[in-house]
Amino acid sequence: MLKDITIGQYFPGDSVVHRIDSRFKIILDILYVVMLFVADNFISLAVAGIFILMAYAVSGIKAVMMLKSLKPIMPLILFTAILNLFFVNGTGDPLVEWWIITIHEEGITTAIFMIVRIVCLIIGMSLLTYTTSPIVLTDAIERLLSPLKKIKLPVHELAMMMTIALRFIPTLIEETDKIMAAQKARGAELDTGGLMKRAKALVPILIPLFVSAFKRANELAMAMECRCYKGGDGRTKLRQLKARPADYMVFMLVLTVLGFVIVDNVVF
Amino acid sequence: MNAIETKNLTYKYSVGTPFETTAVNDVSVCIEQGEFVGVIGHTGSGKSTLIQHLNGLLKQTSGEVLINGRNIWSKDVNIKDIRFEAGLVFQYSEYQLFEETVYKDIAFGPKNMGLSEEEIDRCVRKAAEQMGLDEELLERSPFDLSGGQKRRVALAGVIAMEPKILILDEPAAGLDPAGRDRVLEEISNYHKNSGTTILLVSHSMEDIVKYAKKVLVMNKGELFCYEDVDKVFSMAEELQKIGLDVPQITKLAQLLNKNGIDIGKDIYTVERAKERLLKIIKGNTDA
Repeated sequence: MLKDITIGQYFPGDSVVHRIDSRFKIILDILYVVMLFVADNFISLAVAGIFILMAYAVSGIKAVMMLKSLKPIMPLILFTAILNLFFVNGTGDPLVEWWIITIHEEGITTAIFMIVRIVCLIIGMSLLTYTTSPIVLTDAIERLLSPLKKIKLPVHELAMMMTIALRFIPTLIEETDKIMAAQKARGAELDTGGLMKRAKALVPILIPLFVSAFKRANELAMAMECRCYKGGDGRTKLRQLKARPADYMVFMLVLTVLGFVIVDNVVF
Repeated sequence: MNAIETKNLTYKYSVGTPFETTAVNDVSVCIEQGEFVGVIGHTGSGKSTLIQHLNGLLKQTSGEVLINGRNIWSKDVNIKDIRFEAGLVFQYSEYQLFEETVYKDIAFGPKNMGLSEEEIDRCVRKAAEQMGLDEELLERSPFDLSGGQKRRVALAGVIAMEPKILILDEPAAGLDPAGRDRVLEEISNYHKNSGTTILLVSHSMEDIVKYAKKVLVMNKGELFCYEDVDKVFSMAEELQKIGLDVPQITKLAQLLNKNGIDIGKDIYTVERAKERLLKIIKGNTDA
C-alpha cells in the first residue's frame, strides 16, 4: 500500500531530458503549466499534450510510470469531470434529462477538456522528478531562490531541509510498514471500525514512528556536525550547475510551443 | 498434532510487475507441539518472509498454512485469533513500544484479545516476571529503560498474550553480551516452564546450538533441511557452501581433521570437543 507512493521517485538515465540543466527544467515546467492554463481550445491543448508525450518518449521513462503518477490524483480528476459534466449549462437541448440530472453537449466537452488538462499537468510535473535526482533538484531550487537571500531568507537551509526530507521518505515508509506489522502481531486492528476507532488505532503506530524519527534526526545532526557542516556561507558545490547550448535550445523550443499556444488562443 | 504445518507454501513479491520475485518457494514443513526450533539461513533466504506467514501477516501466493491443525485462511477462522495463538516478535522489537508505562505497553496485546481487567492484570504480571522485569519497572516509562530492558518489555508484550507458539526474529540482535544472554536465558526458561513451541531466528550458530533441539535451514527461499541439531551441524561443509556460518568450535574441528587429528565430523559444542580430544590424547598416551 505505502510502496505505491511515487513522490520524489527518480529513474536514472542519460536521455536529453535527463541532461537538461535542472534550473532550466524547473523553469520549463512552470512555463508548461502556464501553457496548459492559457490553452483554451482543443487544438492548443492537443499541442501541449503531444509535447509532453514526446518529452516522455525522449526521456525513456516507461508509460506505466505515467499512469502510476496519476493514480493518487484519480479521485480529484473524476470529481472535477463529474462536476463539469453535470453543472455546465449549454445553449442547445440537453442530451440527457432525468430527475435532477441534465447533461449538455458542452458539459461533456468541458469534462474531457478538464481531464486532459489535469492529466497533462500531473504527468508534466512527474517528468521533472522522474528525470532529476532529488539532490540536483534541491540544488537548482537553491540557485533559483538565491536572490531571496537579499531579504534574509535562509535559502540554503530550506534547500537542505528539502533534500533531507526527500531522502527520508523511503526510510520512513519502510519503518511505518515494520511498526504496523509489529502492532498487528499484537492484535491491533488498523482497517476496521469507525472513524474514531481508526484514529485511535493510529496511536500505537505514530508514537514509535515519531520517537525513531526524532532519534534519527538527532543522529543525523550529530553526524553532519562531525563533518564540520556549518550552513551555506562559503560552502562550495561538488556538482556545479552549468548551462550548455543544448539547454538554451530546449528552452527556445518550449518558448516556441508556448508562443504558438498563446497566439492560437489570443488571435483566433 | 503439529503446532505448525506448511504445505507447498510459496510467496511472491509484486506479482504481475517486472519486479516479481519469489521469496519463499514451495516450503512444506511440520513442526511439533513443544519443539524449540532454530531457524537459520543467509540474509535474504526467506526466513523473515516465512515466519510472517505463520501468524497471517502475509498471505501466501499458493499453498497452505496450518496452525494447530487449522487452515489460517479458511473462512471460519478469524485471523486475529491466529495472531494471539502464534505470537511474533520482530527484530529490534523495542521500536514497537509506545505506551506511557511499561505495564500499559505489555497490556496492549491482552487488551486487544478482549480479556477482563483481572485477566489482563494477571497476564501482564506473569509475563513481566517471566521476562525478569521487576515489579517497580512496570510503572516506569518504557523510553527510560536500557536497551536490554526495552527488548524484554517488548518480548513480555507478546508473551502476555500467552501464545501457544512463539516466533522470535533475532531477539538478541544488537544487545551487549550480558543483555544477549539474559534475553535468551529468559526465553529458554519460558520454554521449559510453559511448553510453548518456539521458533528462534538467529545468525548466531552458538545460540542455536545452545538452545534449539531442531534446526530449520532456509536457502534462497527454499527449505534446505529441517533436522535435529546433531544432524544439521554434522553437515558443516554443506552449510558453509550455502553461505552459512558454523559454530567456532566446528571450524576448529574442521582444521584438526584436515591436519590429521581425527576428531570426527559431529563437533558443534565445546563439551563434545573436549571429550573427544581427551579421548584422543589418552589413546595416544596409552599406546
